[in-house]
Amino acid sequence: MKVAVCVKQIPDPADPGELDIETKTLKRDVKLILDESDSYGVEMALQLVGEDGEVVLVSMVPNNERNGLNNALAMGADSAVLVSDDALAGTDALGTAKVLAAAIRRIEPDLVLAATESSDGYTGTVPEQIAELLELPSVTFAKEVSIADGSVSVKRQTEEGYDEVSCPLPALVSVTAGVVEPRYPSFKGIMAAKSKPVEELTISDLGIDSSQVGWSGGGQEIVSIEPAPEREAGEVIEDEGDGHERIIAFLEELKVI
Amino acid sequence: MGTIWVHAETKDGQVSSITLELLAKARELGDVVAVHAGNDAEAAAAELGAHGASRVLTAGDLDGGLVGPALASAMAGVVDSEAPSAILFGTTYGGRDVAGRLSVKLDAPVITNVVDLIDDGGLVGVEPVFGGTTNVRTRFTSGKPGIFLVRPKSFTAESIDGGPAEVSEIPIPDLGNSGGAKITSQFVEESDGPKLDEAAIVVSGGRGLGEAEKYHLVEDLATKLGGAAGASRAIVDAGWVPYSYQVGQTGKVVKPDVYIAAGISGATQHMVGMKGSKTIIAINKDPEAPIFSIADLGIIGDVHKVLPALLEALEG
Repeated sequence: MKVAVCVKQIPDPADPGELDIETKTLKRDVKLILDESDSYGVEMALQLVGEDGEVVLVSMVPNNERNGLNNALAMGADSAVLVSDDALAGTDALGTAKVLAAAIRRIEPDLVLAATESSDGYTGTVPEQIAELLELPSVTFAKEVSIADGSVSVKRQTEEGYDEVSCPLPALVSVTAGVVEPRYPSFKGIMAAKSKPVEELTISDLGIDSSQVGWSGGGQEIVSIEPAPEREAGEVIEDEGDGHERIIAFLEELKVI
Repeated sequence: MGTIWVHAETKDGQVSSITLELLAKARELGDVVAVHAGNDAEAAAAELGAHGASRVLTAGDLDGGLVGPALASAMAGVVDSEAPSAILFGTTYGGRDVAGRLSVKLDAPVITNVVDLIDDGGLVGVEPVFGGTTNVRTRFTSGKPGIFLVRPKSFTAESIDGGPAEVSEIPIPDLGNSGGAKITSQFVEESDGPKLDEAAIVVSGGRGLGEAEKYHLVEDLATKLGGAAGASRAIVDAGWVPYSYQVGQTGKVVKPDVYIAAGISGATQHMVGMKGSKTIIAINKDPEAPIFSIADLGIIGDVHKVLPALLEALEG
Protein backbone atom coordinates (compact mmCIF):
# COMPACT_ATOMS: atom_id res chain seq x y z
CA MET A 1 0.00 0.00 0.00
CA LYS A 2 1.48 3.29 -1.13
CA VAL A 3 -0.21 6.60 -0.33
CA ALA A 4 0.76 9.93 -1.87
CA VAL A 5 -0.16 12.98 0.21
CA CYS A 6 -0.31 16.45 -1.30
CA VAL A 7 1.13 18.95 1.15
CA LYS A 8 1.38 22.69 0.82
CA GLN A 9 3.93 24.84 2.57
CA ILE A 10 2.42 28.22 3.29
CA PRO A 11 3.22 31.45 5.10
CA ASP A 12 2.08 31.23 8.72
CA PRO A 13 -1.66 32.12 8.66
CA ALA A 14 -1.06 34.14 11.85
CA ASP A 15 1.21 36.34 9.73
CA PRO A 16 -0.23 36.02 6.23
CA GLY A 17 1.83 38.71 4.54
CA GLU A 18 0.43 40.72 1.68
CA LEU A 19 0.04 40.91 -2.06
CA ASP A 20 2.78 42.71 -3.94
CA ILE A 21 0.82 45.24 -6.00
CA GLU A 22 3.60 45.42 -8.60
CA THR A 23 4.01 41.73 -9.30
CA LYS A 24 0.50 40.69 -8.16
CA THR A 25 2.00 37.75 -6.32
CA LEU A 26 2.14 36.94 -2.65
CA LYS A 27 5.14 38.40 -0.87
CA ARG A 28 6.84 35.27 0.39
CA ASP A 29 9.61 36.67 2.52
CA VAL A 30 8.50 34.69 5.56
CA LYS A 31 9.40 31.17 6.59
CA LEU A 32 6.94 28.63 5.24
CA ILE A 33 5.19 26.10 7.45
CA LEU A 34 3.16 22.96 6.78
CA ASP A 35 -0.44 23.96 6.09
CA GLU A 36 -2.30 22.68 9.13
CA SER A 37 -5.06 21.42 6.80
CA ASP A 38 -2.54 19.00 5.31
CA SER A 39 -1.48 17.54 8.64
CA TYR A 40 -4.78 15.62 8.66
CA GLY A 41 -3.96 13.98 5.32
CA VAL A 42 -0.48 13.06 6.53
CA GLU A 43 -1.86 11.54 9.73
CA MET A 44 -4.62 9.74 7.81
CA ALA A 45 -2.04 8.28 5.41
CA LEU A 46 0.19 7.09 8.27
CA GLN A 47 -2.77 5.37 9.91
CA LEU A 48 -4.00 3.77 6.67
CA VAL A 49 -0.66 2.28 5.56
CA GLY A 50 0.26 0.89 8.99
CA GLU A 51 3.61 -0.79 9.45
CA ASP A 52 4.46 -2.02 5.98
CA GLY A 53 3.04 0.66 3.72
CA GLU A 54 4.68 3.73 2.31
CA VAL A 55 3.73 7.41 2.57
CA VAL A 56 5.16 9.75 -0.05
CA LEU A 57 4.68 13.52 0.21
CA VAL A 58 4.22 15.69 -2.85
CA SER A 59 4.77 19.43 -2.63
CA MET A 60 5.20 22.34 -4.99
CA VAL A 61 7.02 25.29 -3.48
CA PRO A 62 9.35 28.17 -4.41
CA ASN A 63 13.11 27.71 -3.93
CA ASN A 64 13.01 24.08 -2.79
CA GLU A 65 11.92 25.21 0.63
CA ARG A 66 11.29 22.30 2.91
CA ASN A 67 10.62 23.58 6.40
CA GLY A 68 6.99 22.45 6.28
CA LEU A 69 7.91 19.27 4.46
CA ASN A 70 10.35 18.37 7.22
CA ASN A 71 7.53 18.59 9.70
CA ALA A 72 5.47 16.03 7.75
CA LEU A 73 8.53 13.79 7.34
CA ALA A 74 9.12 14.04 11.08
CA MET A 75 5.53 12.91 11.65
CA GLY A 76 6.51 9.69 9.88
CA ALA A 77 6.14 10.05 6.10
CA ASP A 78 8.80 7.99 4.29
CA SER A 79 9.92 10.29 1.49
CA ALA A 80 8.96 13.35 -0.51
CA VAL A 81 8.89 14.73 -4.02
CA LEU A 82 9.50 18.47 -4.13
CA VAL A 83 8.80 20.47 -7.26
CA SER A 84 10.37 23.92 -7.56
CA ASP A 85 10.88 26.03 -10.64
CA ASP A 86 11.17 29.77 -11.29
CA ALA A 87 8.62 29.29 -14.08
CA LEU A 88 5.99 28.34 -11.47
CA ALA A 89 5.61 31.85 -10.00
CA GLY A 90 2.00 32.95 -10.41
CA THR A 91 0.72 29.45 -11.20
CA ASP A 92 -3.02 29.06 -10.59
CA ALA A 93 -4.96 26.08 -9.23
CA LEU A 94 -5.19 24.26 -12.56
CA GLY A 95 -1.47 24.70 -13.24
CA THR A 96 -0.70 23.51 -9.72
CA ALA A 97 -2.88 20.46 -10.29
CA LYS A 98 -0.98 19.69 -13.51
CA VAL A 99 2.36 19.83 -11.70
CA LEU A 100 1.19 17.75 -8.74
CA ALA A 101 -0.53 15.20 -11.01
CA ALA A 102 2.65 14.76 -13.03
CA ALA A 103 4.65 14.22 -9.84
CA ILE A 104 2.08 11.77 -8.46
CA ARG A 105 2.08 9.81 -11.72
CA ARG A 106 5.76 8.94 -11.12
CA ILE A 107 4.96 7.65 -7.64
CA GLU A 108 2.17 5.29 -8.82
CA PRO A 109 0.30 5.36 -5.50
CA ASP A 110 -2.73 3.25 -4.56
CA LEU A 111 -4.31 6.27 -2.93
CA VAL A 112 -3.83 10.02 -3.20
CA LEU A 113 -4.80 12.13 -0.19
CA ALA A 114 -5.21 15.91 -0.09
CA ALA A 115 -6.85 18.49 2.14
CA THR A 116 -10.15 19.87 0.90
CA GLU A 117 -8.52 23.26 0.44
CA SER A 118 -5.38 25.10 1.43
CA SER A 119 -5.46 27.67 4.20
CA ASP A 120 -3.93 30.42 2.06
CA GLY A 121 -5.30 30.02 -1.46
CA TYR A 122 -8.46 28.08 -0.51
CA THR A 123 -9.68 27.52 -4.05
CA GLY A 124 -10.70 23.98 -3.10
CA THR A 125 -10.48 22.79 -6.71
CA VAL A 126 -6.98 21.25 -6.86
CA PRO A 127 -7.84 17.75 -5.53
CA GLU A 128 -10.63 17.22 -8.04
CA GLN A 129 -8.48 18.65 -10.85
CA ILE A 130 -5.68 16.21 -9.95
CA ALA A 131 -8.14 13.31 -10.01
CA GLU A 132 -9.42 14.33 -13.44
CA LEU A 133 -5.87 14.72 -14.80
CA LEU A 134 -4.93 11.26 -13.50
CA GLU A 135 -8.29 9.80 -14.64
CA LEU A 136 -8.93 8.62 -11.11
CA PRO A 137 -12.21 8.31 -9.24
CA SER A 138 -12.37 10.67 -6.28
CA VAL A 139 -14.25 11.32 -3.09
CA THR A 140 -13.95 14.83 -1.71
CA PHE A 141 -14.83 16.15 1.77
CA ALA A 142 -14.16 12.87 3.57
CA LYS A 143 -14.92 12.80 7.28
CA GLU A 144 -14.01 9.12 7.71
CA VAL A 145 -11.83 6.87 5.55
CA SER A 146 -11.15 3.13 5.61
CA ILE A 147 -9.58 0.69 3.18
CA ALA A 148 -10.46 -2.94 2.55
CA ASP A 149 -10.26 -5.36 -0.38
CA GLY A 150 -8.83 -2.94 -2.91
CA SER A 151 -11.37 -0.23 -2.34
CA VAL A 152 -11.72 2.82 -0.16
CA SER A 153 -14.85 3.54 1.86
CA VAL A 154 -15.55 7.12 2.75
CA LYS A 155 -18.12 9.03 4.72
CA ARG A 156 -18.50 12.12 2.58
CA GLN A 157 -19.87 15.37 3.96
CA THR A 158 -23.07 16.55 2.24
CA GLU A 159 -25.35 19.55 2.74
CA GLU A 160 -27.82 17.40 4.72
CA GLY A 161 -25.53 14.94 6.48
CA TYR A 162 -23.22 12.47 4.83
CA ASP A 163 -23.06 9.83 2.10
CA GLU A 164 -21.28 6.54 2.40
CA VAL A 165 -19.23 6.20 -0.77
CA SER A 166 -17.28 3.20 -1.99
CA CYS A 167 -14.56 3.60 -4.57
CA PRO A 168 -12.09 1.13 -6.17
CA LEU A 169 -8.38 1.92 -5.81
CA PRO A 170 -6.41 3.70 -7.10
CA ALA A 171 -8.39 6.77 -6.10
CA LEU A 172 -8.09 10.28 -4.68
CA VAL A 173 -9.68 11.34 -1.41
CA SER A 174 -9.75 14.84 0.08
CA VAL A 175 -10.09 14.96 3.86
CA THR A 176 -11.73 17.62 6.00
CA ALA A 177 -10.03 19.08 9.07
CA GLY A 178 -10.47 17.33 12.39
CA VAL A 179 -10.95 13.82 10.90
CA VAL A 180 -7.96 12.45 12.78
CA GLU A 181 -5.67 13.85 15.45
CA PRO A 182 -2.35 14.74 13.80
CA ARG A 183 0.54 13.42 15.86
CA TYR A 184 3.30 15.70 17.07
CA PRO A 185 6.67 14.77 15.64
CA SER A 186 8.81 12.97 18.21
CA PHE A 187 12.46 13.92 18.73
CA LYS A 188 13.39 10.66 17.03
CA GLY A 189 11.10 11.54 14.14
CA ILE A 190 12.65 14.97 13.79
CA MET A 191 16.15 13.48 13.67
CA ALA A 192 15.08 10.74 11.23
CA ALA A 193 13.45 13.30 8.90
CA LYS A 194 16.84 14.79 8.11
CA SER A 195 18.00 11.66 6.31
CA LYS A 196 14.77 10.80 4.50
CA PRO A 197 14.90 10.96 0.69
CA VAL A 198 13.57 14.17 -0.86
CA GLU A 199 13.58 14.17 -4.64
CA GLU A 200 13.89 17.69 -6.07
CA LEU A 201 12.33 18.16 -9.49
CA THR A 202 11.82 20.96 -11.99
CA ILE A 203 8.91 21.17 -14.41
CA SER A 204 11.03 19.92 -17.29
CA ASP A 205 11.75 16.77 -15.22
CA LEU A 206 7.98 16.32 -15.21
CA GLY A 207 7.60 16.97 -18.92
CA ILE A 208 5.63 20.15 -18.32
CA ASP A 209 6.15 23.09 -20.63
CA SER A 210 6.52 26.51 -19.02
CA SER A 211 3.65 27.85 -21.17
CA GLN A 212 1.25 25.68 -19.13
CA VAL A 213 2.15 27.23 -15.79
CA GLY A 214 3.03 30.60 -14.27
CA TRP A 215 1.21 33.80 -15.13
CA SER A 216 1.00 33.06 -18.86
CA GLY A 217 -0.41 29.57 -18.31
CA GLY A 218 -3.26 30.76 -16.13
CA GLY A 219 -5.61 32.13 -18.76
CA GLN A 220 -6.70 34.80 -16.33
CA GLU A 221 -5.46 38.14 -15.13
CA ILE A 222 -5.91 40.30 -12.09
CA VAL A 223 -7.66 43.51 -13.10
CA SER A 224 -7.33 45.29 -9.78
CA ILE A 225 -6.49 44.86 -6.11
CA GLU A 226 -8.28 47.21 -3.77
CA PRO A 227 -9.12 47.47 -0.09
CA ALA A 228 -12.57 46.15 0.80
CA PRO A 229 -15.01 48.52 2.48
CA GLU A 230 -14.28 48.50 6.21
CA ARG A 231 -16.85 47.55 8.75
CA GLU A 232 -17.00 49.91 11.69
CA ALA A 233 -16.83 48.89 15.30
CA GLY A 234 -19.91 49.62 17.39
CA GLU A 235 -20.23 49.78 21.14
CA VAL A 236 -17.89 47.70 23.26
CA ILE A 237 -18.70 47.34 26.93
CA GLU A 238 -17.23 45.50 29.88
CA ASP A 239 -19.44 42.81 31.40
CA GLU A 240 -20.27 43.69 34.98
CA GLY A 241 -22.89 41.02 35.38
CA ASP A 242 -25.23 42.87 33.02
CA GLY A 243 -23.69 41.79 29.69
CA HIS A 244 -26.58 39.44 28.93
CA GLU A 245 -29.09 42.22 29.55
CA ARG A 246 -27.34 44.43 27.02
CA ILE A 247 -27.50 41.64 24.48
CA ILE A 248 -31.20 41.07 25.14
CA ALA A 249 -31.94 44.79 24.81
CA PHE A 250 -30.03 44.82 21.54
CA LEU A 251 -31.87 41.76 20.21
CA GLU A 252 -35.18 43.38 21.16
CA GLU A 253 -34.15 46.53 19.34
CA LEU A 254 -33.47 44.37 16.28
CA LYS A 255 -36.88 42.74 16.79
CA VAL A 256 -35.26 39.33 16.91
CA ILE A 257 -36.98 38.54 20.23
CA MET B 1 -23.14 38.56 -23.09
CA GLY B 2 -24.64 35.46 -24.67
CA THR B 3 -25.55 32.34 -22.77
CA ILE B 4 -24.77 31.85 -19.08
CA TRP B 5 -24.86 28.34 -17.65
CA VAL B 6 -25.89 27.93 -14.03
CA HIS B 7 -25.24 24.68 -12.19
CA ALA B 8 -28.68 23.80 -10.81
CA GLU B 9 -28.61 21.79 -7.60
CA THR B 10 -31.91 20.22 -6.68
CA LYS B 11 -33.34 17.70 -4.28
CA ASP B 12 -36.65 15.98 -4.97
CA GLY B 13 -37.55 18.77 -7.39
CA GLN B 14 -36.68 21.56 -4.93
CA VAL B 15 -34.08 24.00 -6.19
CA SER B 16 -31.32 24.93 -3.69
CA SER B 17 -31.09 28.52 -2.48
CA ILE B 18 -27.58 29.06 -3.89
CA THR B 19 -28.90 28.03 -7.32
CA LEU B 20 -31.69 30.60 -7.10
CA GLU B 21 -29.14 33.25 -6.10
CA LEU B 22 -27.00 32.42 -9.13
CA LEU B 23 -30.02 32.52 -11.43
CA ALA B 24 -30.88 36.02 -10.19
CA LYS B 25 -27.42 37.28 -11.14
CA ALA B 26 -27.13 35.27 -14.34
CA ARG B 27 -30.31 36.70 -15.84
CA GLU B 28 -28.84 40.20 -15.50
CA LEU B 29 -25.91 39.03 -17.58
CA GLY B 30 -27.44 37.03 -20.43
CA ASP B 31 -29.68 34.14 -21.47
CA VAL B 32 -29.79 31.63 -18.66
CA VAL B 33 -29.54 27.89 -19.11
CA ALA B 34 -29.64 25.63 -16.04
CA VAL B 35 -27.36 22.60 -16.12
CA HIS B 36 -28.43 19.75 -13.90
CA ALA B 37 -27.94 16.14 -12.84
CA GLY B 38 -30.53 13.95 -11.14
CA ASN B 39 -33.92 12.44 -11.93
CA ASP B 40 -35.96 15.51 -10.95
CA ALA B 41 -35.36 17.96 -13.80
CA GLU B 42 -39.03 17.98 -14.85
CA ALA B 43 -40.13 18.61 -11.28
CA ALA B 44 -37.64 21.47 -10.89
CA ALA B 45 -38.32 23.06 -14.31
CA ALA B 46 -41.12 25.33 -13.08
CA GLU B 47 -39.06 26.85 -10.25
CA LEU B 48 -35.95 27.18 -12.43
CA GLY B 49 -38.07 28.90 -15.08
CA ALA B 50 -39.72 31.20 -12.56
CA HIS B 51 -36.25 32.39 -11.59
CA GLY B 52 -35.13 33.10 -15.12
CA ALA B 53 -33.83 29.91 -16.75
CA SER B 54 -35.23 29.38 -20.23
CA ARG B 55 -33.90 25.84 -20.54
CA VAL B 56 -32.63 22.99 -18.38
CA LEU B 57 -29.94 20.68 -19.71
CA THR B 58 -30.05 17.57 -17.54
CA ALA B 59 -27.61 14.68 -17.39
CA GLY B 60 -30.40 12.70 -15.74
CA ASP B 61 -30.12 10.08 -13.03
CA LEU B 62 -26.56 9.31 -11.89
CA ASP B 63 -27.34 5.81 -10.62
CA GLY B 64 -25.40 6.29 -7.38
CA GLY B 65 -22.41 7.95 -9.05
CA LEU B 66 -21.02 11.21 -7.73
CA VAL B 67 -21.99 14.36 -9.58
CA GLY B 68 -18.42 15.62 -10.31
CA PRO B 69 -17.12 13.40 -13.13
CA ALA B 70 -20.57 12.64 -14.59
CA LEU B 71 -21.91 16.17 -14.96
CA ALA B 72 -18.53 17.63 -15.95
CA SER B 73 -18.26 15.09 -18.79
CA ALA B 74 -21.82 15.73 -19.91
CA MET B 75 -21.22 19.51 -19.86
CA ALA B 76 -17.93 19.21 -21.74
CA GLY B 77 -19.75 17.18 -24.40
CA VAL B 78 -22.12 20.02 -25.29
CA VAL B 79 -20.02 23.08 -24.46
CA ASP B 80 -19.06 23.66 -28.10
CA SER B 81 -22.58 23.40 -29.48
CA GLU B 82 -24.20 25.38 -26.65
CA ALA B 83 -21.33 27.90 -26.44
CA PRO B 84 -21.88 29.41 -22.97
CA SER B 85 -19.75 32.49 -22.28
CA ALA B 86 -19.69 31.81 -18.54
CA ILE B 87 -20.50 28.88 -16.25
CA LEU B 88 -21.56 29.63 -12.68
CA PHE B 89 -21.30 27.17 -9.82
CA GLY B 90 -22.16 27.60 -6.15
CA THR B 91 -19.36 26.88 -3.67
CA THR B 92 -20.94 23.63 -2.48
CA TYR B 93 -19.66 20.09 -2.05
CA GLY B 94 -21.02 19.12 -5.46
CA GLY B 95 -20.40 22.41 -7.26
CA ARG B 96 -16.69 22.38 -6.47
CA ASP B 97 -16.33 18.83 -7.77
CA VAL B 98 -18.03 19.58 -11.07
CA ALA B 99 -16.13 22.84 -11.56
CA GLY B 100 -12.76 21.16 -10.86
CA ARG B 101 -13.39 18.29 -13.25
CA LEU B 102 -14.79 20.60 -15.93
CA SER B 103 -11.82 22.93 -15.75
CA VAL B 104 -9.51 20.05 -16.68
CA LYS B 105 -11.85 18.88 -19.46
CA LEU B 106 -11.88 22.37 -20.99
CA ASP B 107 -8.31 23.16 -19.93
CA ALA B 108 -9.79 26.39 -18.55
CA PRO B 109 -9.11 28.00 -15.16
CA VAL B 110 -11.66 28.54 -12.41
CA ILE B 111 -12.12 31.80 -10.56
CA THR B 112 -13.06 30.78 -7.02
CA ASN B 113 -14.61 32.36 -3.91
CA VAL B 114 -16.42 34.91 -6.03
CA VAL B 115 -18.69 37.33 -4.16
CA ASP B 116 -19.65 39.52 -7.10
CA LEU B 117 -19.68 39.40 -10.88
CA ILE B 118 -19.26 42.49 -13.02
CA ASP B 119 -20.01 42.74 -16.73
CA ASP B 120 -17.13 44.80 -18.03
CA GLY B 121 -17.10 43.68 -21.63
CA GLY B 122 -15.91 40.35 -20.28
CA LEU B 123 -17.08 38.99 -16.98
CA VAL B 124 -14.98 40.01 -13.97
CA GLY B 125 -15.08 38.08 -10.69
CA VAL B 126 -14.56 39.81 -7.34
CA GLU B 127 -12.84 37.70 -4.68
CA PRO B 128 -12.04 38.74 -1.11
CA VAL B 129 -8.57 37.84 0.19
CA PHE B 130 -6.72 38.33 3.50
CA GLY B 131 -9.77 37.95 5.67
CA GLY B 132 -11.90 40.16 3.45
CA THR B 133 -9.70 43.21 3.88
CA THR B 134 -8.77 43.24 0.20
CA ASN B 135 -10.80 42.59 -2.94
CA VAL B 136 -9.16 41.17 -6.04
CA ARG B 137 -10.87 41.48 -9.42
CA THR B 138 -9.98 38.82 -11.96
CA ARG B 139 -10.98 38.16 -15.54
CA PHE B 140 -10.32 35.37 -17.99
CA THR B 141 -8.01 35.85 -20.94
CA SER B 142 -8.16 32.42 -22.51
CA GLY B 143 -11.25 32.93 -24.67
CA LYS B 144 -12.76 29.78 -23.17
CA PRO B 145 -16.00 29.77 -21.16
CA GLY B 146 -15.29 31.43 -17.80
CA ILE B 147 -15.85 29.06 -14.88
CA PHE B 148 -16.81 30.83 -11.65
CA LEU B 149 -17.31 29.31 -8.19
CA VAL B 150 -19.55 31.72 -6.32
CA ARG B 151 -20.01 31.92 -2.57
CA PRO B 152 -23.49 31.52 -1.08
CA LYS B 153 -25.41 34.69 -0.22
CA SER B 154 -23.52 36.77 -2.76
CA PHE B 155 -26.74 37.56 -4.62
CA THR B 156 -30.39 37.80 -3.63
CA ALA B 157 -32.75 35.19 -5.02
CA GLU B 158 -35.91 36.57 -6.56
CA SER B 159 -38.61 35.00 -8.73
CA ILE B 160 -39.57 36.89 -11.88
CA ASP B 161 -42.52 34.59 -12.57
CA GLY B 162 -40.99 33.22 -15.74
CA GLY B 163 -42.66 30.25 -17.41
CA PRO B 164 -41.32 26.72 -16.91
CA ALA B 165 -37.90 26.00 -18.38
CA GLU B 166 -37.73 23.63 -21.31
CA VAL B 167 -35.98 20.38 -20.33
CA SER B 168 -33.61 18.53 -22.61
CA GLU B 169 -31.20 15.71 -21.87
CA ILE B 170 -27.47 15.76 -22.33
CA PRO B 171 -25.68 12.41 -22.51
CA ILE B 172 -23.06 11.29 -19.99
CA PRO B 173 -20.12 9.81 -21.92
CA ASP B 174 -18.38 6.66 -20.67
CA LEU B 175 -16.49 7.83 -17.57
CA GLY B 176 -13.97 4.98 -17.38
CA ASN B 177 -12.13 4.84 -14.04
CA SER B 178 -13.12 8.39 -13.13
CA GLY B 179 -16.71 7.33 -12.48
CA GLY B 180 -15.75 4.54 -10.07
CA ALA B 181 -17.01 6.12 -6.83
CA LYS B 182 -20.54 5.04 -5.89
CA ILE B 183 -22.83 6.21 -3.11
CA THR B 184 -23.91 3.14 -1.14
CA SER B 185 -26.12 4.90 1.39
CA GLN B 186 -27.17 8.39 2.39
CA PHE B 187 -27.63 9.77 5.89
CA VAL B 188 -29.53 12.87 6.85
CA GLU B 189 -28.32 14.37 10.09
CA GLU B 190 -31.50 15.60 11.67
CA SER B 191 -31.36 19.16 12.77
CA ASP B 192 -34.36 20.97 14.15
CA GLY B 193 -33.29 24.46 13.19
CA PRO B 194 -32.43 26.18 9.94
CA LYS B 195 -29.30 25.41 7.92
CA LEU B 196 -26.16 27.27 8.94
CA ASP B 197 -25.77 29.18 5.68
CA GLU B 198 -29.47 30.04 5.43
CA ALA B 199 -30.29 30.92 9.04
CA ALA B 200 -31.36 34.46 9.97
CA ILE B 201 -29.52 34.06 13.27
CA VAL B 202 -26.21 32.28 13.75
CA VAL B 203 -24.52 31.64 17.08
CA SER B 204 -20.91 30.47 16.79
CA GLY B 205 -18.49 29.24 19.39
CA GLY B 206 -14.72 29.25 19.52
CA ARG B 207 -11.72 28.32 21.59
CA GLY B 208 -12.87 30.65 24.37
CA LEU B 209 -15.44 28.02 25.36
CA GLY B 210 -12.51 26.16 26.87
CA GLU B 211 -13.66 22.62 26.26
CA ALA B 212 -15.85 20.62 23.86
CA GLU B 213 -18.42 19.95 26.59
CA LYS B 214 -19.25 23.65 26.76
CA TYR B 215 -20.29 23.86 23.10
CA HIS B 216 -23.86 23.00 24.11
CA LEU B 217 -24.18 26.59 25.40
CA VAL B 218 -23.82 27.77 21.81
CA GLU B 219 -26.28 25.17 20.52
CA ASP B 220 -28.78 25.97 23.24
CA LEU B 221 -28.68 29.68 22.45
CA ALA B 222 -29.03 29.00 18.72
CA THR B 223 -32.05 26.79 19.36
CA LYS B 224 -33.58 29.33 21.72
CA LEU B 225 -33.28 32.08 19.09
CA GLY B 226 -34.46 29.85 16.24
CA GLY B 227 -31.04 30.06 14.60
CA ALA B 228 -28.19 27.78 13.63
CA ALA B 229 -25.00 26.91 15.51
CA GLY B 230 -21.59 27.48 13.95
CA ALA B 231 -17.96 27.24 14.95
CA SER B 232 -14.53 28.73 14.44
CA ARG B 233 -11.90 26.72 12.63
CA ALA B 234 -9.93 26.26 15.85
CA ILE B 235 -12.56 24.08 17.49
CA VAL B 236 -13.31 22.20 14.26
CA ASP B 237 -9.60 21.37 13.92
CA ALA B 238 -9.62 20.32 17.56
CA GLY B 239 -12.42 17.88 16.76
CA TRP B 240 -15.06 19.43 19.05
CA VAL B 241 -17.59 19.76 16.22
CA PRO B 242 -17.67 18.50 12.60
CA TYR B 243 -16.36 20.46 9.62
CA SER B 244 -19.92 21.20 8.51
CA TYR B 245 -20.16 23.67 11.44
CA GLN B 246 -17.18 25.72 10.34
CA VAL B 247 -17.74 29.38 9.54
CA GLY B 248 -14.87 31.07 7.74
CA GLN B 249 -12.73 31.40 4.70
CA THR B 250 -12.43 27.63 4.67
CA GLY B 251 -15.88 26.41 5.60
CA LYS B 252 -19.16 28.25 5.26
CA VAL B 253 -19.79 31.88 4.52
CA VAL B 254 -22.79 33.18 6.43
CA LYS B 255 -24.66 36.45 6.17
CA PRO B 256 -27.38 36.26 8.79
CA ASP B 257 -29.33 39.20 10.20
CA VAL B 258 -27.63 38.58 13.55
CA TYR B 259 -24.33 36.82 14.18
CA ILE B 260 -23.32 36.08 17.74
CA ALA B 261 -19.65 35.15 18.21
CA ALA B 262 -19.02 33.51 21.57
CA GLY B 263 -15.42 33.00 22.63
CA ILE B 264 -14.13 33.72 19.14
CA SER B 265 -11.16 36.07 18.92
CA GLY B 266 -11.68 36.84 15.23
CA ALA B 267 -8.85 35.36 13.19
CA THR B 268 -8.94 36.71 9.62
CA GLN B 269 -9.84 33.19 8.51
CA HIS B 270 -13.04 33.41 10.57
CA MET B 271 -13.93 37.05 9.86
CA VAL B 272 -14.08 36.58 6.11
CA GLY B 273 -16.83 34.03 6.65
CA MET B 274 -19.10 36.23 8.74
CA LYS B 275 -18.28 39.91 8.30
CA GLY B 276 -21.11 40.24 5.78
CA SER B 277 -23.60 39.65 8.61
CA LYS B 278 -26.08 42.48 9.06
CA THR B 279 -25.43 42.77 12.80
CA ILE B 280 -22.61 41.25 14.82
CA ILE B 281 -22.56 40.65 18.57
CA ALA B 282 -19.31 39.44 20.10
CA ILE B 283 -18.56 38.07 23.55
CA ASN B 284 -14.88 37.63 24.42
CA LYS B 285 -12.83 38.14 27.53
CA ASP B 286 -9.88 39.63 25.66
CA PRO B 287 -10.52 43.36 25.09
CA GLU B 288 -7.92 43.28 22.31
CA ALA B 289 -9.74 40.54 20.36
CA PRO B 290 -9.99 41.59 16.69
CA ILE B 291 -13.64 40.51 16.57
CA PHE B 292 -14.53 43.68 18.53
CA SER B 293 -13.32 45.82 15.64
CA ILE B 294 -16.25 44.65 13.50
CA ALA B 295 -18.87 44.00 16.20
CA ASP B 296 -21.92 46.24 16.53
CA LEU B 297 -22.16 45.20 20.16
CA GLY B 298 -19.09 43.86 21.94
CA ILE B 299 -19.22 42.39 25.44
CA ILE B 300 -15.85 42.05 27.14
CA GLY B 301 -16.63 39.17 29.43
CA ASP B 302 -16.51 35.46 30.13
CA VAL B 303 -18.70 33.35 27.85
CA HIS B 304 -19.14 30.91 30.72
CA LYS B 305 -20.97 33.61 32.62
CA VAL B 306 -22.65 35.61 29.85
CA LEU B 307 -24.11 32.68 27.89
CA PRO B 308 -25.78 30.91 30.85
CA ALA B 309 -27.17 34.24 32.07
CA LEU B 310 -28.47 34.95 28.57
CA LEU B 311 -30.09 31.53 28.33
CA GLU B 312 -31.69 31.90 31.72
CA ALA B 313 -33.06 35.33 30.90
CA LEU B 314 -34.49 34.11 27.59
CA GLU B 315 -36.12 31.23 29.46
CA GLY B 316 -38.14 33.60 31.62
